[in-house]
Amino acid sequence: MPNDHKPEIGSTIVIQKETFNAILSRLKEKGYETIGPRVKNDTLIYAPIEQMDDLPRGYITEQDAARFHLKHTGHSRYFDAIPGAQSWKQFLFPPRAELFALRKVNNLWEASTPETKTPSYAFIGVRACELAAIQIQDNIFMRSDFNDPIYRARRERVFILTVDCMYPAGTCFCVSMETGPRVKAGFDLNLTELEDVFLLTVGSEIARDLLKGIPFELASAFLLRNADQGLERAASQMGRKLDISNLPDLILNNLDHPHWQEVGARCLSCTNCTQVCPTCFCWDATDEMSLDGKETHRERVWDSCFNPGYSYQAGGNTRPTIRSRYRQWLSHKLGTWKQQNGTLGCVGCGRCITWCPAEIDLTKEIPMLQEEAR
Amino acid sequence: MDKNKPTVAVYKFSSCDGCQLSLLNMEDELLNLADAVDLAYFIEASRATKPGPYDIALVEGSVTTPHEVERIKEIRQEAKFLIALGTCATAGGVQALRNFADAGEYAKIVYDHPEYLNYLPTATPISEHVKVDLELWGCPVNKAQVIEVVVALLNNRKPNLPTYSVCLQCKRRGTICVLVDKGIPCLGPATIAGCGALCPASGRGCYGCFGPFRDANVPALTEALQKVERYPGETMRLYRGISGNAPLFVKAADAILSTGTDTRKETK
Repeated sequence: MPNDHKPEIGSTIVIQKETFNAILSRLKEKGYETIGPRVKNDTLIYAPIEQMDDLPRGYITEQDAARFHLKHTGHSRYFDAIPGAQSWKQFLFPPRAELFALRKVNNLWEASTPETKTPSYAFIGVRACELAAIQIQDNIFMRSDFNDPIYRARRERVFILTVDCMYPAGTCFCVSMETGPRVKAGFDLNLTELEDVFLLTVGSEIARDLLKGIPFELASAFLLRNADQGLERAASQMGRKLDISNLPDLILNNLDHPHWQEVGARCLSCTNCTQVCPTCFCWDATDEMSLDGKETHRERVWDSCFNPGYSYQAGGNTRPTIRSRYRQWLSHKLGTWKQQNGTLGCVGCGRCITWCPAEIDLTKEIPMLQEEAR
Repeated sequence: MDKNKPTVAVYKFSSCDGCQLSLLNMEDELLNLADAVDLAYFIEASRATKPGPYDIALVEGSVTTPHEVERIKEIRQEAKFLIALGTCATAGGVQALRNFADAGEYAKIVYDHPEYLNYLPTATPISEHVKVDLELWGCPVNKAQVIEVVVALLNNRKPNLPTYSVCLQCKRRGTICVLVDKGIPCLGPATIAGCGALCPASGRGCYGCFGPFRDANVPALTEALQKVERYPGETMRLYRGISGNAPLFVKAADAILSTGTDTRKETK
């Protein structure tokens, strides 16, 4: 095979697993900061990775309502551990970002924007649900009538390597939300991990160039069938499911349903669900002023509709109770989001279920509205 | 607030001095603070004092003696804007544990001659005795919050203080939930932010030193915490901590004790 041979877009190639290190090196040579799943403090986070050994090989995650457990089973695969609390959101929509600074010079205010270099990230191991979440946030931050410069600059530079999910966790329900477990479109490279080899599907010209000269073969029908079978098995092993056939109407027609009160009594209003949600995008802008009053920095920070102060405005709080805040969240996520953006705001990743300390599980709450409605 | 430098007085009641030390420990900001305001009365920093009245009074500590009951009234009369500084001043502090016991019994254990002591049976927050204009919680207070309040007062605006739980600050700094991930009992979901999620970021549970947020759902948190207790009665003891005298935490601990869900009893 000639050394400058490149696979075609849309083709699926097979590489030896150790070859993946060369791909990581090339991404770094091209100036990307490679980010992927890593084990830290006995849990799973997204952080810079240098080589394959940094990936959570041999780990799985056990997930249920209010329960997350990273477990080492000693298997030989790199991408079996379903993600934890963190999502890619933190890289494209950073939890804190300085917007501008004002300085008083000769009694006049001078504004300046921070001179920060926009990072070029290569996301290694984006799940199908997570890619769907990024696409949903694209609709929020890069609209035709409005676009967020911080998000846009990062998003346009990002390289996305997706991974098909072979072993979903207990709180996964991407099949119900029609986002996974198979990655469909919107990636640079999609990786399917089989026992001995990686299959890579090429999704962009950048990925083609990246693979130039890397030894590969086109995936055989046998391997492709192996992958299909794995994905079919994964689809049948979802830990949760949700009937979305009558959403958003079910929610919007039941805004005074007594079940909201019942959930409100259990909800901590702690904001965890919204912070771990890969599509939630609410933020606040805060000013930090120097003691001499001559300098102030405005920062954008993650906020949440569960923050009692979030809905406070002149005259009072429009959502003064936990019931009203929970209803706002769910009726937006699985209701009015559709009218706003054309899709529901949930991708079925299950984070809000796993990371709710009070074990509130939207796949159980929504059927409660359904039961009564019938 | 006057256009001239506002005068500031710092007072100590029953406390460990930690909040005053936080003021002195501001390092970079301390000189700027001294530029922005006139530190007219701050015994821990300087013996030189100026007479009142003062524009801002920062009061550390809780009221635990008959003398302190009188003294806080005098201070209030001399202060235009009174700030209760730290959890002793806002909730009673750790010494308010006596409120749930017999203070006389403690005194007998600690002192050879408890008859020389003149104390109250309870430790109470400043707001139980005089009107408090602003409360800054924390054990100790967060210096960024102190500066924010001073800057806000200097500029005639409302201070920007959190209204949300510690959880939001955990997420902003990328800390993974210790309650869900590690099964460590954590008061964060009911505690108001302000510390920057210091304890969870160090791998331990929040012990609620900033006190509960306004409509914290403490009963629901009790249910979650009792499932992960590492020793019987841990949830009750967590509430009966630094902010144990904060009304929502008093109620939560009392509820555990009165409804028999105190897991200590199950092991007996």
